Amino acid sequence: MDEVRKKELTEMAKKLRIDILEMLCEAGSGHSGGSLSMADVFSYLYFSGILNVDPKNPDKKDRDRVVLSKGHACPVWYAALAEKGYFDKSHLKKLRKYGSILQGHPDMRKTPGVDMTTGSLGQGLSCAVGMAIGAKLDNLGCKIFAIVGDGECNEGQIWEAAMAAAHYKLDNLIAIVDKNGLQIDGFTKDVMNTEPLAEKWRAFGWEVIEIDGHNFDQIDSAIGRAIETKGKPVCIIAHTTKGKGVYFMENVCDWHGKAPSKEEKEKALASLCGEGAE
Amino acid sequence: MEGTRSTRDAYGEVLVSLGVENPKIVVVDADVSKATRTSLFARQFPERFFNVGVAEQNLMGVAAGLSLTGLIPIASTFAVFATGRAFDQVRNTIAYGNCNVKIVATHGGITVGEDGASHQSIEDIALMRVLPNMKVIVPADAFEVEKALRAAVRIYGPVYIRLGRVPVPTVTSKCSHFEIGRANVLRDGSDLAILATGIMVSESLKAAEILSSEGVESAVINVHTIKPLDRETVLETAKRCGALITAEEHSIVGGLGSAVAELLSTECWVALGMVGVKDTFGESGSPKELMKKYGITAGDIVEKAKEVLNKKKTGRAVCR
Repeated sequence: MDEVRKKELTEMAKKLRIDILEMLCEAGSGHSGGSLSMADVFSYLYFSGILNVDPKNPDKKDRDRVVLSKGHACPVWYAALAEKGYFDKSHLKKLRKYGSILQGHPDMRKTPGVDMTTGSLGQGLSCAVGMAIGAKLDNLGCKIFAIVGDGECNEGQIWEAAMAAAHYKLDNLIAIVDKNGLQIDGFTKDVMNTEPLAEKWRAFGWEVIEIDGHNFDQIDSAIGRAIETKGKPVCIIAHTTKGKGVYFMENVCDWHGKAPSKEEKEKALASLCGEGAE
Repeated sequence: MEGTRSTRDAYGEVLVSLGVENPKIVVVDADVSKATRTSLFARQFPERFFNVGVAEQNLMGVAAGLSLTGLIPIASTFAVFATGRAFDQVRNTIAYGNCNVKIVATHGGITVGEDGASHQSIEDIALMRVLPNMKVIVPADAFEVEKALRAAVRIYGPVYIRLGRVPVPTVTSKCSHFEIGRANVLRDGSDLAILATGIMVSESLKAAEILSSEGVESAVINVHTIKPLDRETVLETAKRCGALITAEEHSIVGGLGSAVAELLSTECWVALGMVGVKDTFGESGSPKELMKKYGITAGDIVEKAKEVLNKKKTGRAVCR
């Protein structure tokens, strides 16, 4: 990937992180850690040109679809959709508020650009499987991206869906696992160890690519490879840091389901600009 | 009443016709396609049939995803799994998402029989009825299966259709009217009315005959749609007869009886009796034995009728 493009995506990821912190602070609740860990992936998905989507026509039939199976990380999605022009950025300030188009978890009937209603963990990947089958049946020629949490991989339904995706040879389906190593109650290795995670997906019949989920070169080449892969679905395991970019949130379990206060937000924004980290 | 036929057999055939007529129809099953009869569709349209294996949660998610590419998925498995095992998936993905998925579950009710309580769904109507956006239909016979399925496919949004395993008597005809949310009066009578659904419609007709021979004239109403309930017909009947009985092959908690009671308790107080499974699990046995033991036969309706008529005599109906 050329340096100019990389710089643009890095800048966009920073913008998304600022949006996330601003909207969560305003909302007073929500999920910081798992939104920040996916900012680079979402910057790449929506601003590298890889997705065939049109913000002016969010329901166009042959669009690539994105399913945020780990629905609680919706702030990063909302930020990307707003920056992309699906809706006005002013909506971000209304996250989780009464009457808002931005619900606490993704609601496809309320938010333009949201392709699947999610929130109850484990369900989104199944829906992505259904979409991938449907897309093949109708020759839509589109790709389906499903963003799955590593904690979410505790859910049995993830593996039901994984089994079906390989069975039906869904090479138009790309799962990206946000492997940030934390879930609500602690480190995934302590709460419910999913290791060896890559081997599990591989054993279920998926092509597996492991990357640093904050490195645009690696994201770019992984998704490129995933699109080229034929005959089976691809799982990109993105090794990430929960709370990425904000030094006091990074790898801290408490920030899973917490929003920053005004003071914390200011500190966090400074941290994004490279200040404050010791 | 002429002949008997299982609603699942009728379903298998209707599916094939629908498949011919509408290329958007796709069918998803969870390893019970022989029993649900979706195998007939699978044979004719293998490219539009998807077996997800023994994975009911995935079944519902895949169906939802299919609907979002513009297809009309019909998801089938046994009622106990469709509504129990996959309740959260039906709630959060299909109902909350208002996805255009038709859930057609076979093996509803206690007449599943020999497989025993684990497979006898006596709470599925209750579970599906509480979900916003969801419509709930229980066809009374084979003719009604075809009409219900066609009607469900014509409208947008989630629908739950409950079918049974065993042959049931034919109580409607090929040309009788069917409209979702519109109950059908099968027999007139003004002493009391029996509101029945599914296989209990034929039991209710039998009960009405017995009652008639004893001088009691009862109306029999086929409430094929539990949700949305035909409020108009229920209230009109309540006012006219002053005594109602509900009859369902389902728990008396949360099913048709509850739906009618919810309506009557706020709109029109009349004597009400419920015939259904009395908050207990079933057991192995033949359908006939189980219907007798669990109190859902024509005889049970007759007994309940007498009880309700007594209440009607001593009480006073209060309708708004």
